[in-house]
Amino acid sequence: MIQADLTVILPEIVLAVYAMVALLGAVYTTKDGVAPLLVWTTSGLMAVLAIWIATSGNGTNVAFNGMFVDDGFARFAKVAILLSAAAVLVMSQDYMNRRGLLRFEYPLLVALAAVGMMMMVSAGDLMALYMGLELQSLALYVVAALRRDSVKSTEAGLKYFVLGALSSGLLLYGASLVYGFSGTTLFSGIIQTAKHGELSVGMLFGLIFLISGLAFKVSAVPFHMWTPDVYEGSPTPITAFFATAPKVAAMALFARLMHDAFGAAVKDWQQVIVLLSVLSMFLGAIAAIGQRDIKRLMAFSSIAHMGYALIGLAAGTELGVKSMLMYLAIYVTMNVGTFAFILMMERDGQPVTDIEALRQYGRREPGKALAVLILMFSLAGVPPMLGFFAKYGVWQAGVQADLTGLVIASAVASVIGAFYYLRIVFYMYFGEEPEEALDTHSSPILWAALMGSAALMLVGVVYQFGIEGAAAAAAATLVN
Amino acid sequence: MSVFAFYLFAISAITGGLFTVISRQPVHSVLWLILSFISSAGLFVLLGAEFVAMLLIIVYVGAVAVLFLFVVMMLDVDFAELKAEMARYMPLALLIGLVILMQFVMAFGAWESAPGAADHLAQPVPTDRHNTEALGVILYDQYFLLFQLAGLILLVAMIGAIVLTLRHRTDIKRQDIVAQMMRDPAKAMELKDVKPGQGL
Amino acid sequence: METTILFAPLVGAILCGFGWKFLGEKAAMWTATGLLFLSCLLSWIVFFTFDGVTQQIEILRWIESGALSTDWAIRLDRMTAIMLIVVTTVSALVHLYSFGYMEHDPQWREGESYKPRFFAYLSFFTFAMLMLVTADNLVQMFFGWEGVGVASYLLIGFYYRKPSANAAAMKAFIVNRVGDFGFALGIFALFFLVDSINFDDIFAAAPTLAETQLTFLWAEWSAIEVVCVLLFIGAMGKSAQLILHTWLPDAMEGPTPVSALIHAATMVTAGVFLVCRMSPLMEFAPGATGFITVLGATTAFFAATVGLVQTDIKRVIAYSTCSQLGYMFVAAGVGMYSAAMFHLFTHAFFKALLFLGAGSVIHAMHHEQDMMNYGNLRKKIPYTFAAMMIGTLAITGVGIPLTTFGFAGFLSKDAIIESAYAGGSSYGFWLLVVAAAMTSFYSWRLILLTFYGEERGDKHTHEHAHESPMTMLVPLGVLSAGAVFAGMIWYNSFFGHTDQVAKFYGIPVAETAADGHSTSHGASGSDTVSSDGHGDDAGYADDGHGEPSSGEHHYVFAGEPGEGALYMAPDNTVLDDAHAAPKWVKLSPFIAMVLGLIVALWFYVWNPAMPGRMVENFNPLYRFLKNKWYFDEIYDAIFVKSALRLGRLLWKRGDGNTIDGFLNGMAMGVVPFFTRLAGKAQSGYIFTYAFWMVLGLAALVTWMSIGGGAH
Repeated sequence: MIQADLTVILPEIVLAVYAMVALLGAVYTTKDGVAPLLVWTTSGLMAVLAIWIATSGNGTNVAFNGMFVDDGFARFAKVAILLSAAAVLVMSQDYMNRRGLLRFEYPLLVALAAVGMMMMVSAGDLMALYMGLELQSLALYVVAALRRDSVKSTEAGLKYFVLGALSSGLLLYGASLVYGFSGTTLFSGIIQTAKHGELSVGMLFGLIFLISGLAFKVSAVPFHMWTPDVYEGSPTPITAFFATAPKVAAMALFARLMHDAFGAAVKDWQQVIVLLSVLSMFLGAIAAIGQRDIKRLMAFSSIAHMGYALIGLAAGTELGVKSMLMYLAIYVTMNVGTFAFILMMERDGQPVTDIEALRQYGRREPGKALAVLILMFSLAGVPPMLGFFAKYGVWQAGVQADLTGLVIASAVASVIGAFYYLRIVFYMYFGEEPEEALDTHSSPILWAALMGSAALMLVGVVYQFGIEGAAAAAAATLVN
Repeated sequence: MSVFAFYLFAISAITGGLFTVISRQPVHSVLWLILSFISSAGLFVLLGAEFVAMLLIIVYVGAVAVLFLFVVMMLDVDFAELKAEMARYMPLALLIGLVILMQFVMAFGAWESAPGAADHLAQPVPTDRHNTEALGVILYDQYFLLFQLAGLILLVAMIGAIVLTLRHRTDIKRQDIVAQMMRDPAKAMELKDVKPGQGL
Repeated sequence: METTILFAPLVGAILCGFGWKFLGEKAAMWTATGLLFLSCLLSWIVFFTFDGVTQQIEILRWIESGALSTDWAIRLDRMTAIMLIVVTTVSALVHLYSFGYMEHDPQWREGESYKPRFFAYLSFFTFAMLMLVTADNLVQMFFGWEGVGVASYLLIGFYYRKPSANAAAMKAFIVNRVGDFGFALGIFALFFLVDSINFDDIFAAAPTLAETQLTFLWAEWSAIEVVCVLLFIGAMGKSAQLILHTWLPDAMEGPTPVSALIHAATMVTAGVFLVCRMSPLMEFAPGATGFITVLGATTAFFAATVGLVQTDIKRVIAYSTCSQLGYMFVAAGVGMYSAAMFHLFTHAFFKALLFLGAGSVIHAMHHEQDMMNYGNLRKKIPYTFAAMMIGTLAITGVGIPLTTFGFAGFLSKDAIIESAYAGGSSYGFWLLVVAAAMTSFYSWRLILLTFYGEERGDKHTHEHAHESPMTMLVPLGVLSAGAVFAGMIWYNSFFGHTDQVAKFYGIPVAETAADGHSTSHGASGSDTVSSDGHGDDAGYADDGHGEPSSGEHHYVFAGEPGEGALYMAPDNTVLDDAHAAPKWVKLSPFIAMVLGLIVALWFYVWNPAMPGRMVENFNPLYRFLKNKWYFDEIYDAIFVKSALRLGRLLWKRGDGNTIDGFLNGMAMGVVPFFTRLAGKAQSGYIFTYAFWMVLGLAALVTWMSIGGGAH
């Protein structure tokens, strides 16, 4: 039995064992000297694992008494998590190296966080959920404070840690309520008890506490307050990481919990998620307008985008989950490109995050500016960029699930939100000449990430590399 | 008897928690916290979980709380100032707390477990073996995965602590034990014959 | 081959318009021109080899939507063949002519490239026009219809630095919208009634439609009358008939080759073409055709009167065009579609000739257009003079009365006047005769003022007047040939005996014996008549153009609607009646022409003081005519001003205050307020953040416990 279980969980084991072995290896050799190598091996391994998971797995495999579920949904999320984490890791090397932040623990913490995320999306039990969540979160708290000599960075780490602890508390409290009601922590057991009649008030409270805890992780309003500060304070590559893989993991976990454990009570959680979604979209759109710091801006942007992705979840249907997965995949791609660009924003070798620095960027670097324009349009959801089709997908799901009001609200929010994306474009092409121009050199990796992401925003409209089919299959395994 | 013990421990646990929050002296807070831990340990004993009770005493009281004590003493945080800040929010916080409390009272008033809940419950106290063994079996058998994950979490915590705090200072002298042990007394001292008036 | 004809201009337009930077200016222009000459050559081949049987050449499946199923196809019949040669010939010649005319345009700065754009527009126009005439269904026709509208807009406004040109372009476009609205309604009505927009289906349904009633504008109407009137409204816009005619004179702001191509020979005749194409419907709608007749005659008369007093050489010809279009509509209105097409055909030649000749004069006079500044130019530009002379002889209708020997206009215009008489419209007949006299007057006036008399205006300009280059003279020569011979060659085909006309258009005929029995001659006209349809003997009608054939054969049209290119009901005997018209009727246009000539000579040669005295004595009338019957002023007062007022109201109040106010308020007031609020909430303190989280949780829990979840 244990052998079969271990086979199912093999990718996670490989990654965890790799992290431990590499840790020991680095400690007993040149320590930070091997960090660049570790960055490459870690992201390489993650990419390999992603390919492995994408190509090998089939069907639904349950391990460890139902605590670990390996199904199409989990595989889709894992591939997205691993690929985005690998991409961000590779992108970060140059930046971290030049600022003396490239410590050998960094890639390994990212790897361990990835293990946590993989556990999250495969969780079949409230305890497994919590373990994965904590593994991920703890690693993230640490990397947020990685620049320990910077007040901002340590503040970011501390805020993230304290508020994360609070959210974990909420989550655990909710889990204990649910356990108290159903007598089990297994999702498959909970859904059995939920099927008998309606949810009792206690169960409902437990559900809300669980949702609150997860809403913190996806930074949905009103559990979003940490996001701007942490995004701003963390080193930019870490911010890029925060904005991509953990969001996928948290959303996937959210969807898994809602559908696997509470799939029989869609109407109960649907209204809560609708509320979170509306608030997130509007706050993300409105608050971002006032931001001058591009990292804070991207924080609010990610809050808003999570709001859109939540529409797919709120729909509570197979189409909804599919559109949510598509949204996440597209969102992650856009963010990788955008953060590649933010990492390139330097003046005299120092990072710049003020969007005013982009004035007249289009004249000096037409190629990169065009790519950013495409990404901004895509983030804003301007057709024919892929970002529009992501929104269109969740809208479709929303309308089919009779959430027309939510869809209309999200359209309004996206109009408001378009303002700050377009302002960046405006600065690049129409702004006045800045006093000091940004540096023009750029690392080929970042350049490739930016251009590749922008190209995907256009190419994806005609050809999605089979992602749509995979998302549909993934959604089908989750919702039934 | 056991009912009396339950209420005793319960009340002292709650009191301890309350005073942890409201006492002015941080050291007092920690001491109240220790009382709360000990009372909880008593509750575990009443439930027949003596192993967990001992863990609570050893780990929380013996290690964590004492660590807290040291930290509080060394940090010298002006808690009074923080509390003054918090006092501003107190009425609102109390109101919200009251609202949530009322709702929970309502919820627990109408509490009913799911029809099949009792079947799902594992037998809480095994009778055929003692506690420690039963816990061990569960941890290494049924919850093997979670146990390992917990280990990973602790590993991350350790890495994190080191990453965030460990500094290799280069401006201080360090004791190099290997060098000390491998020292050759013969080479430790070199005799030079210095001629007078010439120096080295 | 037909497909090549259709698409060669489009290819030319694209290559020239977008590719001139790669090809080079000259090469791009020659590409467009060459492709049009190819198109023209093929059109003539099609015209001569066409056997009269309607063909449909499918290009692609176009629209499939519900009951609407439409191919993009070429409908090749005699009508199309005629239009093909008219359009491609004039267009090709205009392309060639433009090489000279557009060479050094003073509107453009040195080094500015404008010629490829001009050629691309011309070619694009030609493509759109060909789309229109080859259409196999109404939507395709509408596509071409709007395409020529766009091309016309672009070309009228070609001198975009001139405000007047821009205004004229807009005017043309907007006035045409009114007509197009009617046309579109007509198409909708037909689709509503017939469930198809293909010509075949519509024509086949014509007899049924005549019985159908339709509710339109709160009243019951005969369906076919409504449809025909609506379609005619479209034709009115495009063909500048009265009420919707105001754009045509202003369209003269465009370069002269454009005026020749679009506003004389081709686009403006689209309305006539539409009415003739819809002859199967028109034949069942006596009310609508009556309306067409009256309106056409009125337009002919009105435009001629205005033309009398204009001094801008192009405007005179523009009003002349307007007037001639009125003639064509009268012919169509009385059921003599063939005569309308005949006049369309000959008019294309001589009117294009006149315009290009005028262009040549303008070119010679350094873009001076006022005839009052011309005079005595015949020595300086002899070839142009000759061409203009031929054009004038053609338009005034010079020929030998009671024979078929004369200039093109003589034959076709007389055919229309006889048809109007025979069709029983004495209103039409008399107005047309009077208009013919005025046509003669203003045409000769143009010649006399331009080429005879004293040199007036700027001396310097006169000294430098020069003959145009070869590229401009060759088109003039070709068109002159057309203006002289087109009428005589094709007289029988268009306006000969019933059997000849029927064969030409592929309409079946029936032979009526003396006892009144009619025997059908088979379904198709191709096997009915032995004589060649066109180009054979003018002597067939040896008894003058008129005497009904008293031979043993007497034919009537016997086609079903949709058979052949035109449909004339079996009881439509206008053709025969026209041939049988009294001698005085046949002489009347000639007499009118001579009268006009004499008056013109009197006014401008024998007694040059006369015009001034006339102006003084009849000042109100002169002002009335000079101001074009005050149409523009009335429209300005009624429509333009009130539309502007409405527009300003909607703009200021509706758009500015309400919509912009709302959006600006949202964008600059409400949203930033929330932005500041959100910024304030983001205090940076952990306890604030935690507080918000707990608050949110409390709100959710409260909401749930009050709402009780989903239940």
